Amino acid sequence: MSAIIIRQGLVVGEHSSAVADVLIVAGRIAEVAATIDAPSDAHELDARDCWVGPGFVDLHAHLREPGREAAETIESGARAGALGGYCALVAMPNTEPALDNVALVSYVLERGARTALDVAVAGAITKERRGESLAPMAEMAALGVRLFTDDGVGVQDPSVMRRALTYAKPLGVRLAQHCEDERLAAGGTMNEGALSGRLGLIGRPALAEELMVLRDIELVRLTLAPLHFLHLSTSRSIQMVIGAREEGLPVTFELAPHHFTLDESACANFDPIFKVHPPLRATSDVEALRDALRRGVIDAVATDHAPHAPELKDLAFDEAPAGMLGLEHCAALTFEALGPTADPRTFFQVLSRGPARIAQLRSSDVRVRHSAHGGSMVAGDDANVTVFDPGARWRVDRNTLESRSMNTPYDGRAMSGRVRSTIAKGRLVVDEGRLT
Amino acid sequence: MIESIRGRSLLSLDELSKAAMVEVLDTAESFVEVNRRSIKKVPALKGRVVASLFFEESTRTRLSFETAAKRLSADVLSLAVASSSVKKGESLRDTIATIDALGIDAVVMRHRSSGAALQVSRYVPHVRVINGGDGQHQHPTQGLLDAFTVRQVLCERHDTTGLESGAAMFEGLRILIVGDIRHSRVARSDVAAYATLGAEVRLCAPGTLLPEEVATWPVTVVHDFDEALAWADVVGLLRLQSERGSGAFVASLDEFTFTNGLTVERARLMKPEALIMHPGPMNRGVEIDSRVVDSSRAVVERQVSNGVPIRMAVLYLSVAGSGEGQTL
Repeated sequence: MSAIIIRQGLVVGEHSSAVADVLIVAGRIAEVAATIDAPSDAHELDARDCWVGPGFVDLHAHLREPGREAAETIESGARAGALGGYCALVAMPNTEPALDNVALVSYVLERGARTALDVAVAGAITKERRGESLAPMAEMAALGVRLFTDDGVGVQDPSVMRRALTYAKPLGVRLAQHCEDERLAAGGTMNEGALSGRLGLIGRPALAEELMVLRDIELVRLTLAPLHFLHLSTSRSIQMVIGAREEGLPVTFELAPHHFTLDESACANFDPIFKVHPPLRATSDVEALRDALRRGVIDAVATDHAPHAPELKDLAFDEAPAGMLGLEHCAALTFEALGPTADPRTFFQVLSRGPARIAQLRSSDVRVRHSAHGGSMVAGDDANVTVFDPGARWRVDRNTLESRSMNTPYDGRAMSGRVRSTIAKGRLVVDEGRLT
Repeated sequence: MIESIRGRSLLSLDELSKAAMVEVLDTAESFVEVNRRSIKKVPALKGRVVASLFFEESTRTRLSFETAAKRLSADVLSLAVASSSVKKGESLRDTIATIDALGIDAVVMRHRSSGAALQVSRYVPHVRVINGGDGQHQHPTQGLLDAFTVRQVLCERHDTTGLESGAAMFEGLRILIVGDIRHSRVARSDVAAYATLGAEVRLCAPGTLLPEEVATWPVTVVHDFDEALAWADVVGLLRLQSERGSGAFVASLDEFTFTNGLTVERARLMKPEALIMHPGPMNRGVEIDSRVVDSSRAVVERQVSNGVPIRMAVLYLSVAGSGEGQTL
């Protein structure tokens, strides 16, 4: 592993940023200083006008393996992630079969270890994600699993959710909830409102999400077990969780890039590419989410990267599966949403430090062989570093993605800001926006 | 706004201008005459191929479209498709690509999913797509034939012709639509047609059978059914779409009859000259009493027969309308 020297980027620490050189040797940050005399064989990266910070951590990646390898594999997902600036991915458990036992978790960890990134696993809360009986969370926790969710759907039964929180708390793990009351969502396929009424599509009301957010905040109050709210999409949802957090309850939440980038009007042409759960919401919700992002009150931005084979997105809108790609665009969309006066610390907070803390990836874990993420950019940190060029301009082309799937809602879209380099586990895996 | 459907697909009435609608109605007038001839056929679409692709069961619409296409001398490819493309394991794109490969000029399609016709039109942009009903979204030819029927009856009363009247008959006309608006593609197309043509539209339905945010529609929602009946010049009834789960939206069919059924007693509240319409199929005894259906004010059969000239007009404008200046 040869040394890497990142020259003259804006190094974004936890509390301050300064232009500096970063020297990486043997998988660790060896030195951060105004100018460094690097070893002659060090690989030089020119990072002038770029932001240099801790590598991104995605709390929410559907890597589809095992079961739907036509859509994505752990390996292809990791490549897409690396291009997107990610050094660690949390693989979601809604595979086929679901990741609800140690054998399957071990399989994913084993596959993940062969990639350039750290792949952590979110285990299922309930067996087969059916929302009925608890999955063996203690056994999975012993393997290093730190996050549990039935994502794809929320745990519908409040007594099961209460039991899961009570069971998880002493294990030192965190549950994560996909908040949508499926009965109220009623099989809907887009946001409920004037547009769904006109299009004759069944709506998923904002209330379906908000009721479960409200319920789960109260369950956290009862159990004091930590809970992470996945992909919140409405103004009211984030207000409730921010309020609960201010009260001191152990709650965190993430936003998905599509929810602060696209609104429900994207569904007007019945293109299933724009079908996602929770659905794209009203403009006012999109604005509230962007505003929260800018105010720095968001714990994490997570991709909800949900690859689907092309033929499944060529079905009718109500028959097509929900979900869209995210790994390769998330950083640019987050940068765009933060606006021209974007604070680079907020940027790395929501894409790296916040999610690393939620996933308990800030220190290394030998059991799952992963390195430490979301660091402070100081000597001694494990070398997970992303170089982001805020001045870059590019255009999304669904035919050139690293993901096995093409279901990006941003095909042809002009983007500003791009990941230039990703250094994961001490290796340069992306350079000049390309896999090495 | 689409100003004419000449050479275009017909997917929804939402984007159609008044002029575009009147053009279809006027074109249909000339086809009414064709349908009265002993030889009911014109060569307008000779050599053209129209595929009829019904993913969802239908009797009258399919028959009406295929009759229309044949009377225009088009070749009709009638394809039996499984009710769900998912069950069959084939995507919408693959199904249409297969049919397109046979060489077609137009496809008439019905699908249980809202938006399916619009999706298909994106997959085969060179083929004219005529929406024969998509989920709960639109049924544009039904909306046009309902408007055509209203205009026809009113013109007869005023001793004028459709061609002369244009959209004049709709100015200030009071139209009441009753029943399961929420799940009805016919309601969405009817509202677009009537409102665009200048009529005043009111809706009356149990709260659960109104669409979301109906306040954004170009209609007035009323709750006093009896009063609305007395107000209306035209009453359009819709059946409960039980196959779309509307059963659970009201307490029972009996209760629906109690709140919104056009009973003999209620029919007496109507103006003597008011029209009663129904797109079919009817649930006699639920949304409409049998004796009311069979009264002279009901124009249900006329709606069915007008389906053919309207669909001839739509196919003609859409398929032949792009070019060669054909005569009838």
